[in-house]
Amino acid sequence: MKTLLVAEYREGALLNATYELVAFAEKLGAESAMFLVGSDTALPKYDGTLYLADVAQAGEFNPAVHKQLLLDVIAKEQPELIVFSHSSYGWDLAPRVALALNAAQISEVVDVAGNTFVVPACNAKLRRDLQSKTAQTVVTLQGGAFGLSAEPSGTPKVEKIETATASPLEFGGYEAVEKGGVDLTKAEIIVSAGRGIGKAENLEMISQLAEALGGEYGASRPVVDAEWAEHNRQIGTTGQTVSPKLYVACGISGAIQHLAGMKKSEFIIAINTDKDAPIGEVADVLAVADLKELVPALTERIQKL
Amino acid sequence: MESKFKVNTEGKWYDNVDLAWRMNEYDEFAVEQAVQVKDQVGEADVTVLSIGIDKVKETMKKALAMGCDRGVHVNDDASYAKDPFEIASIIAAFARDKGFDLIFTGMQSQDRGSAQVGVLVAEMLGLPSVSTIVDFAFDNGQITAKRELEGGLRAIIKTQAPALLTCQLGLNTPRYPTLPNIMKAKKKELLTLEVATLLQDGARQETVKMYVPEKKGGGLVLEGDVGAIADQLVQILKEKTGVLA
Repeated sequence: MKTLLVAEYREGALLNATYELVAFAEKLGAESAMFLVGSDTALPKYDGTLYLADVAQAGEFNPAVHKQLLLDVIAKEQPELIVFSHSSYGWDLAPRVALALNAAQISEVVDVAGNTFVVPACNAKLRRDLQSKTAQTVVTLQGGAFGLSAEPSGTPKVEKIETATASPLEFGGYEAVEKGGVDLTKAEIIVSAGRGIGKAENLEMISQLAEALGGEYGASRPVVDAEWAEHNRQIGTTGQTVSPKLYVACGISGAIQHLAGMKKSEFIIAINTDKDAPIGEVADVLAVADLKELVPALTERIQKL
Repeated sequence: MESKFKVNTEGKWYDNVDLAWRMNEYDEFAVEQAVQVKDQVGEADVTVLSIGIDKVKETMKKALAMGCDRGVHVNDDASYAKDPFEIASIIAAFARDKGFDLIFTGMQSQDRGSAQVGVLVAEMLGLPSVSTIVDFAFDNGQITAKRELEGGLRAIIKTQAPALLTCQLGLNTPRYPTLPNIMKAKKKELLTLEVATLLQDGARQETVKMYVPEKKGGGLVLEGDVGAIADQLVQILKEKTGVLA
Protein backbone atom coordinates (compact mmCIF):
# COMPACT_ATOMS: atom_id res chain seq x y z
CA MET A 1 0.00 0.00 0.00
CA LYS A 2 1.30 3.42 -1.02
CA THR A 3 0.01 6.69 0.45
CA LEU A 4 0.51 10.37 -0.31
CA LEU A 5 0.24 12.60 2.75
CA VAL A 6 -0.89 16.18 2.16
CA ALA A 7 0.84 18.37 4.77
CA GLU A 8 -0.43 21.79 5.83
CA TYR A 9 1.28 25.12 6.24
CA ARG A 10 -0.19 28.39 7.46
CA GLU A 11 1.17 31.84 8.30
CA GLY A 12 4.73 30.73 7.73
CA ALA A 13 4.63 27.53 9.79
CA LEU A 14 4.06 23.81 9.27
CA LEU A 15 0.90 22.64 11.05
CA ASN A 16 1.31 19.88 13.63
CA ALA A 17 -1.68 18.00 12.20
CA THR A 18 0.78 16.95 9.48
CA TYR A 19 2.22 14.39 11.92
CA GLU A 20 -1.21 12.80 12.39
CA LEU A 21 -1.08 11.89 8.69
CA VAL A 22 2.28 10.19 9.32
CA ALA A 23 0.74 8.31 12.26
CA PHE A 24 -2.13 7.16 10.04
CA ALA A 25 0.28 5.73 7.44
CA GLU A 26 2.23 4.11 10.29
CA LYS A 27 -0.96 2.49 11.63
CA LEU A 28 -1.74 1.11 8.16
CA GLY A 29 1.84 -0.12 7.77
CA ALA A 30 1.86 1.75 4.46
CA GLU A 31 4.64 3.34 2.44
CA SER A 32 4.33 7.11 2.19
CA ALA A 33 5.46 10.23 0.40
CA MET A 34 4.54 13.75 1.45
CA PHE A 35 3.22 16.81 -0.39
CA LEU A 36 3.61 20.33 0.96
CA VAL A 37 3.05 23.83 -0.28
CA GLY A 38 5.40 25.50 2.14
CA SER A 39 8.94 26.61 2.57
CA ASP A 40 12.31 24.90 2.92
CA THR A 41 12.82 26.96 6.08
CA ALA A 42 10.03 25.00 7.83
CA LEU A 43 10.40 21.39 6.70
CA PRO A 44 8.58 18.54 8.44
CA LYS A 45 10.58 16.04 10.51
CA TYR A 46 9.97 13.13 8.18
CA ASP A 47 12.00 10.35 6.60
CA GLY A 48 10.77 10.08 3.04
CA THR A 49 10.25 11.99 -0.17
CA LEU A 50 8.75 15.44 0.26
CA TYR A 51 7.29 17.08 -2.85
CA LEU A 52 7.65 20.74 -2.02
CA ALA A 53 6.07 23.68 -3.84
CA ASP A 54 7.23 27.15 -2.83
CA VAL A 55 4.49 28.97 -0.94
CA ALA A 56 5.77 32.29 -2.29
CA GLN A 57 4.61 31.16 -5.75
CA ALA A 58 1.72 28.77 -5.02
CA GLY A 59 0.18 30.72 -2.11
CA GLU A 60 -1.04 29.39 1.24
CA PHE A 61 -4.62 29.17 -0.04
CA ASN A 62 -5.04 28.58 -3.74
CA PRO A 63 -7.11 25.45 -4.42
CA ALA A 64 -6.80 25.41 -8.22
CA VAL A 65 -2.99 25.63 -8.06
CA HIS A 66 -2.63 23.19 -5.15
CA LYS A 67 -4.94 20.73 -6.95
CA GLN A 68 -2.80 20.79 -10.09
CA LEU A 69 0.44 20.40 -8.11
CA LEU A 70 -1.09 17.41 -6.32
CA LEU A 71 -2.38 15.79 -9.50
CA ASP A 72 1.12 16.01 -10.99
CA VAL A 73 2.63 14.29 -7.96
CA ILE A 74 -0.16 11.66 -7.88
CA ALA A 75 0.45 10.86 -11.56
CA LYS A 76 4.10 10.23 -10.73
CA GLU A 77 3.73 8.41 -7.39
CA GLN A 78 0.50 6.46 -8.13
CA PRO A 79 -0.58 6.26 -4.48
CA GLU A 80 -3.63 4.17 -3.59
CA LEU A 81 -4.53 6.56 -0.77
CA ILE A 82 -4.29 10.35 -0.76
CA VAL A 83 -4.52 11.55 2.84
CA PHE A 84 -5.60 15.00 4.06
CA SER A 85 -6.48 16.43 7.46
CA HIS A 86 -10.22 17.04 7.88
CA SER A 87 -9.49 20.76 8.27
CA SER A 88 -10.53 23.94 6.49
CA TYR A 89 -7.65 23.28 4.06
CA GLY A 90 -8.27 19.55 3.67
CA TRP A 91 -12.05 19.48 3.24
CA ASP A 92 -11.78 22.24 0.65
CA LEU A 93 -9.03 20.68 -1.45
CA ALA A 94 -9.78 16.95 -1.11
CA PRO A 95 -13.05 16.86 -3.14
CA ARG A 96 -11.40 18.82 -5.97
CA VAL A 97 -8.63 16.21 -6.16
CA ALA A 98 -11.01 13.25 -5.72
CA LEU A 99 -13.22 14.35 -8.61
CA ALA A 100 -10.26 14.88 -10.94
CA LEU A 101 -9.04 11.35 -10.11
CA ASN A 102 -12.51 9.75 -10.43
CA ALA A 103 -11.84 8.55 -6.90
CA ALA A 104 -14.07 8.05 -3.86
CA GLN A 105 -13.53 10.42 -0.97
CA ILE A 106 -14.13 9.24 2.58
CA SER A 107 -14.39 12.17 5.00
CA GLU A 108 -13.45 12.56 8.67
CA VAL A 109 -11.93 9.14 9.23
CA VAL A 110 -11.53 8.30 12.93
CA ASP A 111 -10.23 4.74 12.57
CA VAL A 112 -9.08 2.29 9.93
CA ALA A 113 -8.83 -1.49 9.68
CA GLY A 114 -7.64 -2.91 6.35
CA ASN A 115 -9.80 -1.33 3.66
CA THR A 116 -12.59 -0.29 6.05
CA PHE A 117 -12.72 3.32 7.22
CA VAL A 118 -14.70 4.37 10.29
CA VAL A 119 -16.42 7.77 10.16
CA PRO A 120 -18.85 9.55 12.49
CA ALA A 121 -22.47 10.24 11.51
CA CYS A 122 -25.35 12.28 12.95
CA ASN A 123 -23.23 14.72 14.98
CA ALA A 124 -21.04 11.86 16.23
CA LYS A 125 -23.97 10.00 17.78
CA LEU A 126 -23.48 7.11 15.32
CA ARG A 127 -20.59 5.59 13.39
CA ARG A 128 -20.36 4.17 9.87
CA ASP A 129 -17.93 1.67 8.36
CA LEU A 130 -17.21 2.65 4.75
CA GLN A 131 -15.35 1.03 1.88
CA SER A 132 -14.14 2.61 -1.32
CA LYS A 133 -15.11 1.16 -4.70
CA THR A 134 -12.42 2.99 -6.69
CA ALA A 135 -8.77 2.11 -7.33
CA GLN A 136 -7.53 5.30 -5.70
CA THR A 137 -9.18 6.74 -2.61
CA VAL A 138 -9.01 10.18 -1.01
CA VAL A 139 -9.45 10.35 2.76
CA THR A 140 -9.59 13.18 5.29
CA LEU A 141 -8.67 12.41 8.91
CA GLN A 142 -10.46 13.77 11.95
CA GLY A 143 -8.10 15.92 14.06
CA GLY A 144 -6.72 14.03 17.04
CA ALA A 145 -7.91 10.61 15.86
CA PHE A 146 -4.41 9.40 15.02
CA GLY A 147 -1.38 10.11 17.20
CA LEU A 148 2.29 9.35 16.63
CA SER A 149 3.85 6.58 18.68
CA ALA A 150 7.05 8.65 19.11
CA GLU A 151 8.26 12.24 18.70
CA PRO A 152 8.48 13.14 15.00
CA SER A 153 11.98 12.82 13.60
CA GLY A 154 13.81 12.51 10.33
CA THR A 155 14.91 14.61 7.37
CA PRO A 156 12.93 14.58 4.14
CA LYS A 157 14.35 14.08 0.69
CA VAL A 158 13.05 17.24 -0.97
CA GLU A 159 11.84 17.32 -4.57
CA LYS A 160 10.82 20.79 -5.73
CA ILE A 161 7.65 21.07 -7.82
CA GLU A 162 5.84 23.91 -9.58
CA THR A 163 2.95 24.61 -11.92
CA ALA A 164 1.65 27.42 -14.10
CA THR A 165 -2.06 27.00 -13.35
CA ALA A 166 -4.31 30.08 -13.20
CA SER A 167 -6.69 30.55 -10.28
CA PRO A 168 -10.28 31.86 -10.31
CA LEU A 169 -9.91 32.80 -6.62
CA GLU A 170 -7.96 35.71 -5.21
CA PHE A 171 -6.62 35.35 -1.67
CA GLY A 172 -6.92 38.65 0.19
CA GLY A 173 -5.05 37.74 3.38
CA TYR A 174 -6.09 36.66 6.85
CA GLU A 175 -8.00 38.44 9.55
CA ALA A 176 -8.19 37.46 13.19
CA VAL A 177 -11.56 37.37 14.87
CA GLU A 178 -11.46 40.01 17.64
CA LYS A 179 -9.37 38.77 20.51
CA GLY A 180 -8.74 41.11 23.42
CA GLY A 181 -10.47 40.95 26.76
CA VAL A 182 -10.38 37.58 28.44
CA ASP A 183 -7.67 34.99 27.64
CA LEU A 184 -9.25 31.61 28.36
CA THR A 185 -6.05 29.73 27.56
CA LYS A 186 -4.64 31.10 30.84
CA ALA A 187 -7.71 30.33 32.98
CA GLU A 188 -7.35 27.48 35.50
CA ILE A 189 -11.08 27.03 35.92
CA ILE A 190 -13.60 27.34 33.11
CA VAL A 191 -17.37 26.94 33.30
CA SER A 192 -18.79 26.66 29.79
CA ALA A 193 -22.26 27.22 28.40
CA GLY A 194 -23.73 25.20 25.53
CA ARG A 195 -26.93 25.28 23.54
CA GLY A 196 -28.61 23.63 26.54
CA ILE A 197 -28.74 26.96 28.40
CA GLY A 198 -31.73 27.69 26.14
CA LYS A 199 -31.61 31.48 26.14
CA ALA A 200 -29.22 34.41 26.52
CA GLU A 201 -30.41 35.31 30.04
CA ASN A 202 -29.26 31.93 31.37
CA LEU A 203 -25.62 32.78 30.63
CA GLU A 204 -25.78 34.78 33.87
CA MET A 205 -26.00 31.63 36.02
CA ILE A 206 -23.03 30.14 34.17
CA SER A 207 -20.88 33.22 34.80
CA GLN A 208 -22.00 33.23 38.47
CA LEU A 209 -20.83 29.64 38.92
CA ALA A 210 -17.54 30.55 37.21
CA GLU A 211 -17.14 33.49 39.58
CA ALA A 212 -17.95 31.39 42.64
CA LEU A 213 -15.25 28.93 41.58
CA GLY A 214 -12.78 31.75 40.87
CA GLY A 215 -12.69 31.04 37.14
CA GLU A 216 -13.90 32.34 33.78
CA TYR A 217 -16.90 31.40 31.72
CA GLY A 218 -16.63 30.00 28.20
CA ALA A 219 -19.11 29.00 25.51
CA SER A 220 -19.65 26.50 22.74
CA ARG A 221 -20.07 27.53 19.13
CA PRO A 222 -23.93 27.67 18.99
CA VAL A 223 -23.94 30.06 21.97
CA VAL A 224 -21.47 32.39 20.22
CA ASP A 225 -23.30 32.09 16.87
CA ALA A 226 -26.52 33.10 18.64
CA GLU A 227 -24.60 36.12 19.99
CA TRP A 228 -25.29 35.14 23.60
CA ALA A 229 -21.53 35.29 24.23
CA GLU A 230 -18.55 37.01 22.60
CA HIS A 231 -16.29 35.11 20.21
CA ASN A 232 -13.33 35.43 22.61
CA ARG A 233 -15.27 33.08 24.93
CA GLN A 234 -15.59 30.34 22.29
CA ILE A 235 -13.93 27.01 23.00
CA GLY A 236 -13.30 24.49 20.26
CA THR A 237 -11.59 24.09 16.90
CA THR A 238 -12.59 27.49 15.59
CA GLY A 239 -12.16 29.20 18.97
CA GLN A 240 -9.70 28.61 21.79
CA THR A 241 -8.05 25.36 22.81
CA VAL A 242 -7.89 25.19 26.60
CA SER A 243 -6.54 22.81 29.24
CA PRO A 244 -7.59 24.17 32.65
CA LYS A 245 -7.47 22.29 35.97
CA LEU A 246 -11.26 22.17 36.00
CA TYR A 247 -13.71 22.37 33.10
CA VAL A 248 -17.44 22.38 33.78
CA ALA A 249 -19.50 21.82 30.60
CA CYS A 250 -23.08 22.97 31.07
CA GLY A 251 -25.61 21.93 28.44
CA ILE A 252 -22.88 21.04 25.94
CA SER A 253 -23.61 17.86 23.97
CA GLY A 254 -19.97 17.45 22.93
CA ALA A 255 -19.59 17.97 19.19
CA ILE A 256 -16.15 16.79 18.08
CA GLN A 257 -15.09 20.38 17.37
CA HIS A 258 -15.84 21.33 20.96
CA LEU A 259 -14.15 18.25 22.44
CA ALA A 260 -11.01 19.05 20.43
CA GLY A 261 -10.81 22.36 22.27
CA MET A 262 -11.19 21.09 25.86
CA LYS A 263 -10.55 17.38 26.22
CA LYS A 264 -7.06 17.95 27.64
CA SER A 265 -8.54 19.64 30.71
CA GLU A 266 -7.33 17.96 33.92
CA PHE A 267 -10.78 17.35 35.38
CA ILE A 268 -14.06 17.58 33.48
CA ILE A 269 -17.55 17.80 34.92
CA ALA A 270 -20.46 17.69 32.47
CA ILE A 271 -24.00 18.73 33.32
CA ASN A 272 -26.48 17.44 30.75
CA THR A 273 -30.03 16.11 30.62
CA ASP A 274 -28.97 13.51 28.02
CA LYS A 275 -27.11 10.63 29.63
CA ASP A 276 -25.88 9.50 26.19
CA ALA A 277 -24.47 12.87 25.09
CA PRO A 278 -20.96 12.49 23.58
CA ILE A 279 -19.55 14.86 26.26
CA GLY A 280 -19.86 11.83 28.57
CA GLU A 281 -16.96 10.24 26.65
CA VAL A 282 -14.46 12.74 28.01
CA ALA A 283 -16.10 13.71 31.31
CA ASP A 284 -14.76 12.49 34.66
CA VAL A 285 -18.20 13.15 36.13
CA LEU A 286 -21.48 13.38 34.25
CA ALA A 287 -24.33 14.92 36.24
CA VAL A 288 -27.61 14.00 34.55
CA ALA A 289 -29.74 17.01 35.46
CA ASP A 290 -31.32 20.21 34.19
CA LEU A 291 -28.53 22.78 34.37
CA LYS A 292 -31.09 25.51 35.13
CA GLU A 293 -31.71 23.80 38.49
CA LEU A 294 -28.32 22.27 39.20
CA VAL A 295 -26.07 25.23 38.35
CA PRO A 296 -27.74 27.68 40.79
CA ALA A 297 -27.85 24.94 43.48
CA LEU A 298 -24.15 24.28 43.01
CA THR A 299 -23.26 27.98 43.00
CA GLU A 300 -25.15 28.51 46.25
CA ARG A 301 -23.30 25.67 47.99
CA ILE A 302 -19.89 26.89 46.82
CA GLN A 303 -20.61 30.45 47.92
CA LYS A 304 -21.41 29.17 51.42
CA LEU A 305 -18.10 27.33 51.82
CA MET B 1 -32.09 16.00 13.65
CA GLU B 2 -33.07 15.04 17.14
CA SER B 3 -31.01 12.97 19.48
CA LYS B 4 -32.73 9.59 19.51
CA PHE B 5 -31.21 7.75 16.58
CA LYS B 6 -31.79 4.05 16.02
CA VAL B 7 -30.00 2.03 13.37
CA ASN B 8 -32.44 0.54 10.83
CA THR B 9 -32.99 -3.19 10.30
CA GLU B 10 -30.72 -3.19 7.24
CA GLY B 11 -27.97 -1.92 9.55
CA LYS B 12 -26.70 0.71 7.12
CA TRP B 13 -28.60 3.87 8.03
CA TYR B 14 -30.78 5.23 10.79
CA ASP B 15 -34.46 4.54 11.23
CA ASN B 16 -36.77 7.34 10.04
CA VAL B 17 -39.45 6.51 12.60
CA ASP B 18 -39.95 8.77 15.64
CA LEU B 19 -37.55 11.45 14.43
CA ALA B 20 -38.48 15.13 14.36
CA TRP B 21 -37.58 16.38 10.86
CA ARG B 22 -36.19 19.81 10.10
CA MET B 23 -33.98 21.57 7.58
CA ASN B 24 -30.27 20.71 7.76
CA GLU B 25 -28.92 23.47 10.00
CA TYR B 26 -26.17 24.55 7.58
CA ASP B 27 -28.71 24.82 4.75
CA GLU B 28 -30.73 27.38 6.72
CA PHE B 29 -27.77 29.76 6.40
CA ALA B 30 -27.54 28.98 2.66
CA VAL B 31 -31.24 29.74 2.12
CA GLU B 32 -31.00 32.95 4.16
CA GLN B 33 -27.94 34.15 2.22
CA ALA B 34 -29.66 33.56 -1.13
CA VAL B 35 -32.75 35.48 0.04
CA GLN B 36 -30.54 38.32 1.32
CA VAL B 37 -28.88 38.61 -2.09
CA LYS B 38 -32.33 38.73 -3.68
CA ASP B 39 -33.35 41.49 -1.24
CA GLN B 40 -30.17 43.38 -2.12
CA VAL B 41 -30.26 43.19 -5.92
CA GLY B 42 -34.04 43.22 -6.38
CA GLU B 43 -34.37 41.40 -9.69
CA ALA B 44 -33.41 37.87 -8.67
CA ASP B 45 -34.99 34.47 -8.89
CA VAL B 46 -34.19 31.90 -6.20
CA THR B 47 -34.68 28.15 -6.70
CA VAL B 48 -34.36 25.79 -3.73
CA LEU B 49 -33.59 22.13 -4.41
CA SER B 50 -33.82 19.11 -2.15
CA ILE B 51 -33.31 15.41 -2.77
CA GLY B 52 -35.18 12.74 -0.85
CA ILE B 53 -38.48 11.23 0.18
CA ASP B 54 -41.77 13.10 -0.09
CA LYS B 55 -41.24 14.49 3.42
CA VAL B 56 -38.47 16.87 2.25
CA LYS B 57 -41.21 18.97 0.63
CA GLU B 58 -42.08 20.19 4.14
CA THR B 59 -38.55 21.55 4.49
CA MET B 60 -38.75 23.15 1.06
CA LYS B 61 -41.99 24.88 2.06
CA LYS B 62 -40.06 26.52 4.89
CA ALA B 63 -37.44 27.72 2.38
CA LEU B 64 -40.22 29.09 0.15
CA ALA B 65 -41.74 30.86 3.16
CA MET B 66 -38.29 32.35 3.90
CA GLY B 67 -38.34 33.92 0.43
CA CYS B 68 -37.25 31.43 -2.23
CA ASP B 69 -39.29 31.67 -5.45
CA ARG B 70 -39.63 28.01 -6.42
CA GLY B 71 -38.87 24.57 -5.13
CA VAL B 72 -37.46 21.56 -6.95
CA HIS B 73 -37.98 18.25 -5.23
CA VAL B 74 -35.84 15.44 -6.62
CA ASN B 75 -37.89 12.43 -5.62
CA ASP B 76 -35.69 9.62 -4.33
CA ASP B 77 -36.74 7.02 -1.75
CA ALA B 78 -33.14 5.79 -1.56
CA SER B 79 -31.27 9.11 -1.20
CA TYR B 80 -30.01 7.95 2.20
CA ALA B 81 -28.01 5.22 0.47
CA LYS B 82 -26.34 7.56 -2.03
CA ASP B 83 -22.77 8.73 -1.58
CA PRO B 84 -21.56 12.36 -1.82
CA PHE B 85 -20.49 11.86 -5.45
CA GLU B 86 -23.98 10.70 -6.47
CA ILE B 87 -25.72 13.51 -4.55
CA ALA B 88 -23.42 16.09 -6.17
CA SER B 89 -23.99 14.52 -9.62
CA ILE B 90 -27.76 14.92 -9.22
CA ILE B 91 -27.47 18.60 -8.24
CA ALA B 92 -24.95 19.34 -11.00
CA ALA B 93 -27.15 17.62 -13.61
CA PHE B 94 -30.08 19.83 -12.57
CA ALA B 95 -28.04 23.05 -12.45
CA ARG B 96 -25.95 22.52 -15.60
CA ASP B 97 -28.17 24.34 -18.13
CA LYS B 98 -29.91 26.74 -15.73
CA GLY B 99 -27.34 29.54 -15.74
CA PHE B 100 -27.42 30.21 -11.99
CA ASP B 101 -25.20 33.15 -11.00
CA LEU B 102 -24.83 31.94 -7.43
CA ILE B 103 -25.23 28.54 -5.82
CA PHE B 104 -25.29 28.29 -2.03
CA THR B 105 -25.07 24.98 -0.18
CA GLY B 106 -24.58 24.08 3.46
CA MET B 107 -20.90 23.33 4.16
CA GLN B 108 -22.01 19.84 5.23
CA SER B 109 -25.04 17.84 6.30
CA GLN B 110 -25.69 17.05 9.93
CA ASP B 111 -26.08 13.32 9.32
CA ARG B 112 -23.31 12.47 6.82
CA GLY B 113 -21.06 15.45 7.46
CA SER B 114 -18.82 14.70 4.47
CA ALA B 115 -18.35 18.39 3.57
CA GLN B 116 -17.88 17.28 -0.06
CA VAL B 117 -21.10 17.90 -1.96
CA GLY B 118 -20.93 21.67 -2.53
CA VAL B 119 -17.32 21.66 -3.68
CA LEU B 120 -17.98 18.62 -5.93
CA VAL B 121 -20.96 20.35 -7.58
CA ALA B 122 -18.78 23.39 -8.36
CA GLU B 123 -15.99 21.23 -9.79
CA MET B 124 -18.50 19.28 -11.91
CA LEU B 125 -19.89 22.54 -13.29
CA GLY B 126 -16.47 24.16 -13.71
CA LEU B 127 -17.36 26.98 -11.31
CA PRO B 128 -15.10 28.62 -8.73
CA SER B 129 -16.08 27.68 -5.18
CA VAL B 130 -15.36 29.04 -1.73
CA SER B 131 -16.10 26.67 1.14
CA THR B 132 -16.96 27.26 4.80
CA ILE B 133 -17.90 30.92 4.46
CA VAL B 134 -18.85 33.02 7.49
CA ASP B 135 -19.16 36.32 5.63
CA PHE B 136 -20.43 37.17 2.15
CA ALA B 137 -20.65 40.38 0.14
CA PHE B 138 -21.91 40.71 -3.43
CA ASP B 139 -21.34 43.77 -5.58
CA ASN B 140 -22.32 43.63 -9.23
CA GLY B 141 -20.95 40.10 -9.76
CA GLN B 142 -17.91 40.63 -7.52
CA ILE B 143 -17.87 38.28 -4.53
CA THR B 144 -15.92 38.87 -1.33
CA ALA B 145 -16.25 35.99 1.10
CA LYS B 146 -14.52 35.08 4.33
CA ARG B 147 -13.63 31.45 4.99
CA GLU B 148 -13.49 30.22 8.53
CA LEU B 149 -10.17 28.61 9.47
CA GLU B 150 -9.09 27.01 12.74
CA GLY B 151 -8.14 28.98 15.84
CA GLY B 152 -10.15 32.17 15.30
CA LEU B 153 -8.69 33.02 11.87
CA ARG B 154 -10.50 33.93 8.65
CA ALA B 155 -9.25 34.04 5.07
CA ILE B 156 -10.57 36.74 2.74
CA ILE B 157 -11.33 35.35 -0.74
CA LYS B 158 -12.47 37.26 -3.81
CA THR B 159 -13.99 35.78 -6.92
CA GLN B 160 -16.51 36.50 -9.64
CA ALA B 161 -20.01 35.10 -10.26
CA PRO B 162 -21.01 32.54 -11.40
CA ALA B 163 -19.68 30.79 -8.31
CA LEU B 164 -20.64 28.35 -5.56
CA LEU B 165 -20.38 29.04 -1.85
CA THR B 166 -20.68 26.52 1.00
CA CYS B 167 -22.13 28.07 4.15
CA GLN B 168 -20.84 27.65 7.69
CA LEU B 169 -22.94 28.17 10.83
CA GLY B 170 -23.09 31.82 11.91
CA LEU B 171 -22.88 33.23 8.35
CA ASN B 172 -26.06 35.23 8.98
CA THR B 173 -29.22 35.05 11.09
CA PRO B 174 -31.75 32.81 9.33
CA ARG B 175 -35.17 34.44 9.44
CA TYR B 176 -38.30 32.86 10.84
CA PRO B 177 -41.03 32.64 8.20
CA THR B 178 -43.95 34.96 9.04
CA LEU B 179 -47.53 33.72 8.82
CA PRO B 180 -48.35 35.82 5.70
CA ASN B 181 -45.21 34.44 4.01
CA ILE B 182 -46.14 30.89 4.97
CA MET B 183 -49.54 31.47 3.30
CA LYS B 184 -47.87 32.96 0.20
CA ALA B 185 -45.45 30.02 0.01
CA LYS B 186 -48.38 27.62 -0.48
CA LYS B 187 -48.98 29.21 -3.88
CA LYS B 188 -45.37 28.98 -5.05
CA GLU B 189 -44.27 26.46 -7.66
CA LEU B 190 -42.99 23.14 -6.27
CA LEU B 191 -41.74 20.95 -9.07
CA THR B 192 -41.02 17.25 -8.61
CA LEU B 193 -38.41 15.45 -10.72
CA GLU B 194 -37.61 11.75 -10.58
CA VAL B 195 -34.03 11.05 -9.55
CA ALA B 196 -33.49 8.63 -12.45
CA THR B 197 -33.79 11.54 -14.90
CA LEU B 198 -30.77 13.27 -13.32
CA LEU B 199 -28.44 10.51 -12.14
CA GLN B 200 -26.39 8.38 -14.51
CA ASP B 201 -23.34 7.48 -12.40
CA GLY B 202 -23.01 4.91 -9.64
CA ALA B 203 -21.67 5.21 -6.10
CA ARG B 204 -17.93 5.33 -5.43
CA GLN B 205 -18.16 4.12 -1.86
CA GLU B 206 -20.45 1.90 0.15
CA THR B 207 -21.62 1.70 3.73
CA VAL B 208 -20.77 -1.65 5.26
CA LYS B 209 -22.65 -0.90 8.46
CA MET B 210 -23.89 1.81 10.79
CA TYR B 211 -23.82 1.43 14.54
CA VAL B 212 -23.84 3.16 17.92
CA PRO B 213 -20.24 3.75 19.05
CA GLU B 214 -19.04 1.94 22.13
CA LYS B 215 -18.86 4.14 25.21
CA LYS B 216 -15.21 4.72 26.04
CA GLY B 217 -15.65 7.09 28.94
CA GLY B 218 -15.53 5.40 32.32
CA GLY B 219 -16.64 8.55 34.14
CA LEU B 220 -18.87 8.65 37.16
CA VAL B 221 -22.56 9.24 36.39
CA LEU B 222 -24.64 11.16 38.94
CA GLU B 223 -28.43 10.95 38.67
CA GLY B 224 -31.48 11.72 40.77
CA ASP B 225 -32.31 14.58 43.11
CA VAL B 226 -30.69 17.88 42.05
CA GLY B 227 -29.81 18.89 45.63
CA ALA B 228 -28.12 15.55 46.24
CA ILE B 229 -26.15 15.84 42.98
CA ALA B 230 -25.01 19.34 43.98
CA ASP B 231 -23.79 17.99 47.34
CA GLN B 232 -21.91 15.18 45.61
CA LEU B 233 -20.31 17.60 43.16
CA VAL B 234 -19.05 19.83 46.00
CA GLN B 235 -17.55 16.75 47.65
CA ILE B 236 -15.89 15.68 44.36
CA LEU B 237 -14.51 19.19 43.79
CA LYS B 238 -12.96 19.09 47.27
CA GLU B 239 -11.49 15.62 46.94
CA LYS B 240 -10.49 15.37 43.27
CA THR B 241 -9.53 18.93 42.35
CA GLY B 242 -7.61 21.64 44.13
CA VAL B 243 -10.03 24.37 43.16
CA LEU B 244 -11.95 24.71 46.44
CA ALA B 245 -8.82 24.71 48.60
